[in-house]
Order: sequence, then structure tokens, then C-alpha cells
Amino acid sequence: MKTSDFGFHSFLALGSLALFFLVQSLGGGYYLLVAFYVLQYVVLSTAWNILGGYGGYVNFGTAGFFAVGAYSTVFFFKLFGLQNLKQLDLGFIEISLPYLSFIYFPAAVFAGALFSGLLGLGTGYLTLRLRGVYFSIATLALSIVAMTIVVNWSYVGGARGAFVIKPTVVAGFKDANLFVLCAMILLTMLSLAIARRIEQSKLGAGLQAIRDDEDSAECSGVPTLRLKLQATTISGALMGAGGALFPFFVTYVDPIGAFNLAHTVNSIAMPLIGGMTHWTGPLIGATLLGLIQQYFGSKNIITPEMSLLIVGFLMMLFVAIAPNGLLGLLKRKHKKAHPISATRSAPEKPSQ
Amino acid sequence: MEWSVVGELLANAVVTGILLGGFYAAVALGISIAFGMLDIANISHPAMIVLGSFIAYYFNAQWGIDPLLLMFPAALVFALYGAGLYGLYYRLFESREKDQRRGLAFFFGLLFVTEVGLILIFGVDLRSVDTSYGEVVLSLGFVSIPVRLLVPFLIGIVMIVGLHYFLNKTYFGLAVSAISQDMLGLRLMAIDPIKIKQLTFGLSLASAAFAGAALIIIQPIEPSIGREYIGRVFAVCVLGGMGSLQGTLIAALLLGTAESITSTFVGPSWAPAVGFGLLLLTLAFKPEGLMTRK
Repeated sequence: MKTSDFGFHSFLALGSLALFFLVQSLGGGYYLLVAFYVLQYVVLSTAWNILGGYGGYVNFGTAGFFAVGAYSTVFFFKLFGLQNLKQLDLGFIEISLPYLSFIYFPAAVFAGALFSGLLGLGTGYLTLRLRGVYFSIATLALSIVAMTIVVNWSYVGGARGAFVIKPTVVAGFKDANLFVLCAMILLTMLSLAIARRIEQSKLGAGLQAIRDDEDSAECSGVPTLRLKLQATTISGALMGAGGALFPFFVTYVDPIGAFNLAHTVNSIAMPLIGGMTHWTGPLIGATLLGLIQQYFGSKNIITPEMSLLIVGFLMMLFVAIAPNGLLGLLKRKHKKAHPISATRSAPEKPSQ
Repeated sequence: MEWSVVGELLANAVVTGILLGGFYAAVALGISIAFGMLDIANISHPAMIVLGSFIAYYFNAQWGIDPLLLMFPAALVFALYGAGLYGLYYRLFESREKDQRRGLAFFFGLLFVTEVGLILIFGVDLRSVDTSYGEVVLSLGFVSIPVRLLVPFLIGIVMIVGLHYFLNKTYFGLAVSAISQDMLGLRLMAIDPIKIKQLTFGLSLASAAFAGAALIIIQPIEPSIGREYIGRVFAVCVLGGMGSLQGTLIAALLLGTAESITSTFVGPSWAPAVGFGLLLLTLAFKPEGLMTRK
């Protein structure tokens, strides 16, 4: 399933515009929340899939990477005293309130991506030389330690949490929250573009070789450790970038919300359900699951716990009987209907 | 602080740490069996321990049964559950591919489903049990030994010693040891390795029932408390050396002492980070562990 560059870019551009104007015409509010929630998961699950789907290394630390991004925003707001700032004097230029967001957001995303990327690189460096299981275990414990540090760090709010007050007016936008959504849309498009780019690059091919048989890949000259480290860093950085925007949207960050295990579970379940071998898999999985969770949540049909329970069950179900997700199911059907065209697609791993 | 006070604090911290370490050995034992001997990274094990604790809590709250009594029938049920779970795991993953990554995601789902299930049934409040010995503190000079720590310590030691004896002296135990060493040899002796593995995994989960009883004696619990133990148990297993019982015990005692000293001198809120730090250091510098099984 190859898409042309032109097709892909127009898909991204049209999708973003359509989504933005749809939310704006619906009057923001609840729909804005839904859109932000779903996009956040598209970013997180796409990021997870770069390492987990392409390379086959299961990262249980999404919540940790996400929270590091969120707390880097909190930290810099505090450090530079940006709360309720009316204008920013950079020496050579003065930036007034309506334009502040254009500085804050890219800077926050960059900082979040940097810290989480470094965290990924560090964790990967220490554990990726061992078998994949050890990496998974280390990432699982990672979130807990990062949370311990944040809870004990009163500068960023400790266990009580901290407020991040974003500028109330943004030039060119009716509602400052629409600007947050806009930033999230851009980040989503960026993640999808990065994922697709990796898929088509040498890195993607190498990761796939690692997933299929790491020893053979290593023997054939694939620099496995370097590729895994690259993937872990990119994946972590994207999660951090997603997390960096989170405080602007919710305005209040506390350890329980930022380190919520739901981030981890969803970011694994969504690519699993959508399909892990193609960039559209996480997009489909996150959109479907995210919308379903929001819909049932808003109607009070199920409690948040119940919805997580269902996600957990779905995850176990898919990993057990449909490891290639919905895309895999579709492909299988397609293959049955058109046996000739299917031979062009990648051969499946023989089952033993 | 005067030196005599520091000495007293240190002595108490070390004693508490050793007691805690015995309990950590009980918690880590199941993983040591599953991960070290069967090569199954059952990350849902801590959640199973919490499940065991909640069962102990339920029977204690309803009928006043002591967790120390209940843990025996509970272990039996858990063993059956474990055997069934391994059967499922084998059919879904192990028989199809060597790769364990999908199995990991499966166990993670199980961890999550168990935790959320407990939240739905019991809520997120802290629960504790009522026992006659829970409040008793023995004192030896300036060192005090709370019984609620001593009992779990003893449970851990008895489990380790019992398992050691079992693995080395009984027919079934030798077959279990053989699994991680010579699968083909086992087949040639007309022993079905799948059956043995099923029983071994049952044994691993049975240990969760004992560890669960120990956990609720030590501290009040809530459903997500198992997460704190994930870093700890894997730190103990990896540091101890995969599947080595002596190694597990030594590593557990080390971790307990390190945590207890950290709690006393740095602050209890930092204790969860100790296990993870130990895990990362071990993975980075001594991934084969202290006692490597040959």
C-alpha cells in the first residue's frame, strides 16, 4: 500500500483544514476537546509505532515520555516566569501578548521533544544491547521513577500539580484554544509525515529486518543498535512533543494525570488494533478507539475505568488473534478476493 | 545529628531492610520462576500478587479469616489459574513463534485488565486486614522488629528454601530444572515439556498467592499498588541472575536494605526510585546478574 508523495501531502493538508474548520464551525467547546484528545493519541500511537510496530520493540513507557514533555513545559514556564506575562522583551524585539503563543508553542514542543528524545536515547543506550524484553521492562519501570522524581520536585508542583496559564488572546484566532488545536494538528501531521518517511527509508527497512530476525539482520551488516537507538530517540521525542502541548490545553498538570497509565495502554492498543506495519494503522486505531471512548464517555454509558477495561481486553484479543490489526484483516480479505495482486505485497512470515 | 543516633537509625534501617528484603524475595520468586526458568516475562505478576492480596482482604473482611490461613487454598486456585494461563499462552504465542514481544503485550493487557477490574470491584480506597499480630512490635535493645514485617520475611524465606529443596530433591522439581537446560533430553525421557511448563507456571502463580498474603500484612493496599513492584521485582530477578534462587534472595535482601536506608536518610517518597536505579545499573553493567545459572 504505497501512496505517492503528492497524494500524501494533499491528504495531510486537506485533512488538517477540514478538521480545523469542522471544529471551528461546531463552535469549539466539547468538539475541540474530542479533537484534541484524538489527535494527541494519533501522535502518541504513531510515535510508539515507530519503535514498536516497525522495529518490534515494545515500549511500556509512553506515559513517562509524555509526562516528561508536559513537565518540561511546566518547568520552563516557571523558570522564565511566563505565567500571565503581557509581553516578552527579547532585547532586539518586543513581542506583544497576541503574538506570544507563536513563540511559546514551538519552543515548548522543541524542549519537550529534546528532553524526551534524550531520555529515550539514554534508556535505549543502557538496555537495547540486551534482549528486547529487558528494554520493555526498563521502560515500564521508567515511568514510575520519573513520577517519583516529579512528585518529590516541588519546583514543578510536586504531588499537588502546577498551573500553566497560556496567553488568552492569539492573533488571528477567535479562541486561544483553537490555536492549541491548530498546534496539535500541525504536530499530528508532522508525526505522520515522519512515520511515513521512516517507513520508506533505510531506517525503516533496517527496523523491519530487526523485527523479523535481529540476529540475521546483524549478520547481514544491519547496524542494529544504531537503528534501534535512532528509532527510540525519534519515538521518545514525538511523545515528548505531544506531552509538551498538553499543559496548554488542560492548563493544570499533576503527576497522576500526566503519568496516567492510560497513555501507555492506549498508545499500545491503538497501533495493535489499527495495524502496526503501516503509518495509517495508528491513525486508524487512534481515531476509532479515541472517538469511541469519547462518545461513550460523554453519554455516561461507561465509566472511564470501564472504557480502559474494554481497551485492555481489545488489546489482548487483537494481539492474540489478529496481530496485524484491522489493516491485516483487510489485507487478508483483499488477498482472498484478488490472489494475483496480493503476490506483490510483502510475503508474510511463515508460521511454524 | 549525633553519631549514636545515626548508628541507631542505621541499625534499625538495616534490620527493617533485611525484613523487607525477605518479603521482596517472596514477591520476586514467581518472576524468577517464570522469567528465569520458563523464559516468560510475565509482567502481570505484580498485579496477580495484588489480586491475591484483595482475595485475602475479602475473606478477612467477610469472615475474619487470617491471610496466613487463606493463602494455602488461594495458592491452589492460583496454581490452577496459572496452569490454564500457560496453556493459553502456549497455544497463542509460544507454539507459533520464538519471539516473545507479542506475549509481552498480552501480559501487559492482563496486568491492566486485572488492575482496572479490581478498581471496578473494590474502588481505589486503601484496604487492610485485621490480624492479632499486626500491631505487635518486638524489641531487641534499640532495634525494634514489627511483626507485620517479620511474618512476610519468614514467608519469603520459607518459600525460597522450600522451592530450593523441591527443585533439587524431587522428581518433578528436577524435571522443572531440566526445562531450562535440556528440552530435547526431557522429550527423550518421554516427559511432556508442555505439561511440566504448565505446572511450573502454576507454581509461579501460586507464589503470588503467598506473596499477596504477605503484602497485605505489611501495608494497606489499593489496586494500582502492583506497579510499584514492577521495577523492584525485575531488579531483583536481573540482579540475582535469571532463575537462581540464591541470587534472588541475595538481590532481594540488597534491595530491601538499600530502600530502607534511602527511606530513613533521604525520605520515604524516594524509595520507589531505588529499585529502578538498581535495575538500570544492573542492565548496564552486569546484565548476567550476581549468580548466573549455568
